[in-house]
Order: sequence, then structure tokens, then C-alpha cells
Amino acid sequence: MSSTENKSVASGSSSRRDDIRHALHLFRQNPLVLVGLAISSVTLLISVLSPFLVNPALANDTHSLVKNCWNNPIISWGSNISTCPGAVHPLGTDAFGRDLLDMIVLAIPVDVRIALEVVLSALIIGIVFGATAAYAGGIIDEVILRITDIFLAVPGILLAIIFLFVFGRTFTVLTVAIVIIWWPTYVRLLRSQVLSEREKPYVEALRAMGAGRARILFRHIVPNSIYPLLVQATLDIGSVILTVSALTFIGLSPSDLLPELGNLASQGFGYFFQAPWEIIFPGLTILLISLGFNLLGDGIRDIFDPRLRR
Amino acid sequence: MSQPQDVLTVKNLRVNFHTYAGDVKALDGVEFTVRKGEVLGLVGESGSGKSVTALTIEGLLPQNAEVLSGEVMLDGADLLKLKGSQLMTERLTGIAMVFQDPTTYLNPVLTVGSQITEILASAPKLFTKELISSRLDDLKKMEADKSALSPELQKEKGQLEALPADAKLSKREFNRLAKYYALDILHQVRLPEPERIFKSYPFELSGGMKQRAMIAMALARRPKLLLADEITTALDVTVQAQILKLLQLLKEEIDTSVILITHDLAVVAEVCDRVAVMYAGNIVELADVEELFKNPLHPYTQGLLASIPRPDATKLELTSIKGSVPNLISPPTGCRFHPRCPKAFDRCSKEKPPLVEFSPGHFVECFLYGG
Repeated sequence: MSSTENKSVASGSSSRRDDIRHALHLFRQNPLVLVGLAISSVTLLISVLSPFLVNPALANDTHSLVKNCWNNPIISWGSNISTCPGAVHPLGTDAFGRDLLDMIVLAIPVDVRIALEVVLSALIIGIVFGATAAYAGGIIDEVILRITDIFLAVPGILLAIIFLFVFGRTFTVLTVAIVIIWWPTYVRLLRSQVLSEREKPYVEALRAMGAGRARILFRHIVPNSIYPLLVQATLDIGSVILTVSALTFIGLSPSDLLPELGNLASQGFGYFFQAPWEIIFPGLTILLISLGFNLLGDGIRDIFDPRLRR
Repeated sequence: MSQPQDVLTVKNLRVNFHTYAGDVKALDGVEFTVRKGEVLGLVGESGSGKSVTALTIEGLLPQNAEVLSGEVMLDGADLLKLKGSQLMTERLTGIAMVFQDPTTYLNPVLTVGSQITEILASAPKLFTKELISSRLDDLKKMEADKSALSPELQKEKGQLEALPADAKLSKREFNRLAKYYALDILHQVRLPEPERIFKSYPFELSGGMKQRAMIAMALARRPKLLLADEITTALDVTVQAQILKLLQLLKEEIDTSVILITHDLAVVAEVCDRVAVMYAGNIVELADVEELFKNPLHPYTQGLLASIPRPDATKLELTSIKGSVPNLISPPTGCRFHPRCPKAFDRCSKEKPPLVEFSPGHFVECFLYGG
């Protein structure tokens, strides 16, 4: 047996290939997921490559602007006149005379970055507090749940607005504000999953094996409970982008000139009848990205959960 | 009753469950021993306390259970008194439990291999020596088979031999050896293609294979005692036979003691060395398997054996023991079997009979045989 053993220890690639084949099979069954995957991949790709896709001068200008917006509230910039979509500017220009397509391409990474940061933070908070609440039970569970209740009771957008007013309009504050309105759902979701998972027989078997509480919880129960959270997180990337755009649309953007989808739409809103493209295209982009992540979220569980691979 | 070759001694174990309807007196003075290298069968009908006994030994009783008295001595340590890390170590290497339904007792999202290596990695100190010696044995075996090792394997052998007895392995090295060790164990439980099984998720295996994987997880820890709780109940008959056969083979190969909990007397006759018959929270009879089947003493055991259908039987009706298992919230006074016992007399309802040794090694709890 030993020689074959060595071979398999060395290779082990066949199961990886099976995973990919399984994923492709699922996509074929549910083409909408494929659409979602395509849109989200393009979005992420644009986020990474955006500085190289646009007019370098514009990229350079906005780069320092975006960078400043993470820490300094309110920066102002010069003005110009918007032009119609045409050969030179495929989607036209915005009220400041900047190419709208370029601006959208530059705006995507800003929104995606905030969305990813929010979702990842909420996910981590959700896992730690949700798992602790469910597994510890008793007073700890009660305290954590009541805190989530408090946050769920306050209207989220309102809380974020208050936050931005008090601490200044920067992206950092915006991100933190959205994390604060976002985490309670994750805690509750994971808690309910862990509650049902910890009663399963394999947990008893693990205890019989002398596994410690932390090991059982984070190595065995959490990986079994996390799939609904991954779905929620994927769906939420779209929702966070919507929330961010909503907040900047109503005027909580750090700067009017900022390439950010909500902000672009907000600036265009002022010229709705003269230059409708200014609000239509950023709005469509928001719609498309949210739709993409929502479609992807529906299928993602089927791909990752090994229990469903039959 | 306790002897030096005993691995496990259970004495006067009494366990109650608190429920809204009242206290369920689940175990009422259970006593038995398990000798080194033997298979002890624990038989009885549903609700007789077999599984509660197992859970008490493992320390896995639910919250509403209370151990009123008794001790469970494993190699000189009372398991009921252990706490914290001592208890975890004892669960890790002292007693391994294999459960009834392998489908639900394996973590569905981890591969079989990682579930085995994970046990080892949870206590690297305990297993390092075992891993090194197991890998060295493998290499030596390869050397003997092929008369020469490849230069790499030769080098590896040299390195492993050079390690001091209390060596601390790097995580990577530990995992590598753990993988070889796990493959060996999977091979030992007669799973075909151990490499493939190692990478499989539980749902990719059949029931019998899963049960073998569970046994492998138990054996990986080199336990002093294996607790097999109805391990064949969820399997179909042909697979049952294979698993029982495996249990016998393993018992000889790795010299561990086994408690086999079952309600199937045929299984008992097949694999056990000694049998303890339980009824309503008591051990009513304990004897060598041949002795018990040839010469059952307790009226309950006699009834049980009489109710096995026989192909040569002339009458068409199956024999059964009249009545049903008593409600353990208010169990019968005296001998708990007396309301159903064909040979009961006055004393049976008043006093609880003691466990007496009727003939050498044959214990019975009944006034018919003294006490």
C-alpha cells in the first residue's frame, strides 16, 4: 500500500478538478447565477484595474481626492459644463465636464471597497458574537441579543446620518456607520444556526473524543453553520452599495466632486431635464451591480456547501 | 469482583434523571468489570439502561441527569471525579466511543481524513511518539518488502530515527506524519483505497464505510477501552456481519477492551467473551458467553433466550415475556423484575436481591440462587 500512498500524498489534484466540474454543473443548471457571477466578476475586475482603464490625468486627480476623502471631510474643486453622450464621451460628461464613463469606472472601486469592508467586518463580528452567544447561552446570550435588539430597533439610515453629522463626512466614518447598522443581522443569523447545529450527534461524538469547547465551536460547528452567512454576505455586497449610494445621494458625500456612484447620481439630479444621462448611467450601474451580487448570492451556497454535493 | 487484569471497574452506579413527571431511576446499582482484551456484551431491551451506562462512563450524561453514587475506575482513576483537562485527556486516550448511527455522528463538512488528523492535532504531545514510531514501522516494512528504500525514504528514515524520544515536531512535519498514520488506520479498518477515503466527505461513503471511518477515528487514539453503542443497528445485515468481524480482528490486533452494547443476542453470541444482561437499570446476570447461553439462571435471561425464534420449533406462536418494561419513575419495589417473573415469591417484592456468584465467574441477581 505504501507506494500508492506516497503518490496520492504528492498529487491530490483530482478532487480540486471535481470541485470545479461540480461548480460548472451548478451554473449550467441555474444560468442566472452565471449572470450574477459574470456581473460581480466584472465589477471586481474593474475595481482592481480602474486606474488603468481611464484617462490617466483624471485618474491621477481623483486618486488623491478619493484618498483625501478617507480622512478629510469636504474638499472643493473647480467647475465645467456637461456634454451629451457621443463619440468622444460614450456616456457624456458630468456637470464638471469629466467623462462619465471614466467617472463610473473610477467610482466602482470606491463603492466596492466600502461594501467589502462592511460585509467582512459584519461577518467577523457575526461569527464571533453569534457563536459565543449560542454556545455560551445564559446571561451572555441574553446580553448579546439585547444589544442586537437595540441596534435593530433604530432605523439604520438615520443612525448612519447622525454618525456622519457627528463625526464628519469621511469614508471611514461612513464605513463604520454602516458596519454598526449591519452587524446585528449576522449575529442573529449565526446564533440561530449554531443553536441547531450544536444539538447534532456529531457534536456529542466530538465531546466524547475530549475535544475542547473552543475547538468544537470554531473548528466544527461554525464551519457547519456559516453557509447561510456567506449567502447573506454576498447578497449584502449589493445592498451595502445601495445604502452607500443612498447616503451619498442625499448629500452625505465627503466631496461633491467625488467619483462615487451615489454622488454622481446626486450631482446629475440637479440637471435632470438638461442632462438626463448624468443620473441615468450611474443609477443603472448601481442597479446592475446590486443585481449581480444578488443573483450570485442565490447560487453561492450550492457551490460551497459540501453537504449539497451529491 | 475486581481483579488486577481489569481495565474498567464499575461499582454501585446509580443515576437518576430529573423530569417534570418525577425522577426516572435509570440505573439502580450497576456493577461490572471489563477485563483486558475482552469483549463484554451489554444486552437488554430498550430502556434497560445500556446506553445510560455508556454515557455515564463517558461522562456525557445530559444536564438533567444526576449520578447518585458509584464509581467508574479506568486504570485506577475514577472517571466520575475527573474534571477539566484531565477529563479531556481521558476521553481522548482512555475511552473511545463508537455510536449507533454513523451518518449523523460524523461532521458533514470535513473530510474523513481531516477529522482523523484533527483528533491527533488536538493534543500533539500525546501522539508525537506514536506517529514517529508508526511511520518508522512503515518504512521498515517497505524496506523488508523491497529490500531497499529510495534515497529520499532512506534519508527520511535516518532523520526520524535520529529524533529524540521527547521530540517536538514542527506543525508541518506533524501533519505529514499524521496523514500517514491516518492512512494506516483506514487501512487497518479494512477500508478499500484509504487515499480516496481520506479525501472523501462523509456523504460520499456508504453506511458501512462510515461506521468503519468512525471506528478508525476511535482507534486512532489507541484507547484503553472501546465503547460500541449499538454500532450495527443502523446497518443492514450483511454489513453488520462485516463490522462485527472487523471488531473481532481489531480486538486481536491492537489488544483493546470492548464494551459492546446491543439488544441482539445473536451479535452477542458471535463476538462477546462475557455478557452482562441488564433489566430496568440493573445488571441481572453476568457470565461467560457460553455459560450464559447454556445455563441461563435469571428468569429474565431464561425468558429472553426462550423468545429467540428457532427454525426447528414445533409450535407456531413466538414465546414472549409477559408484561412490559416498568415505568422507572416508580419502579417496582424489591426486584424490579418481580411483576413479570414466573417464579416470583413473597420476598421478591420486598427486598432487592444482591448480586451473587453462583458458580465461578457466573453472577446472578436473584433470590432463587441465594442471597
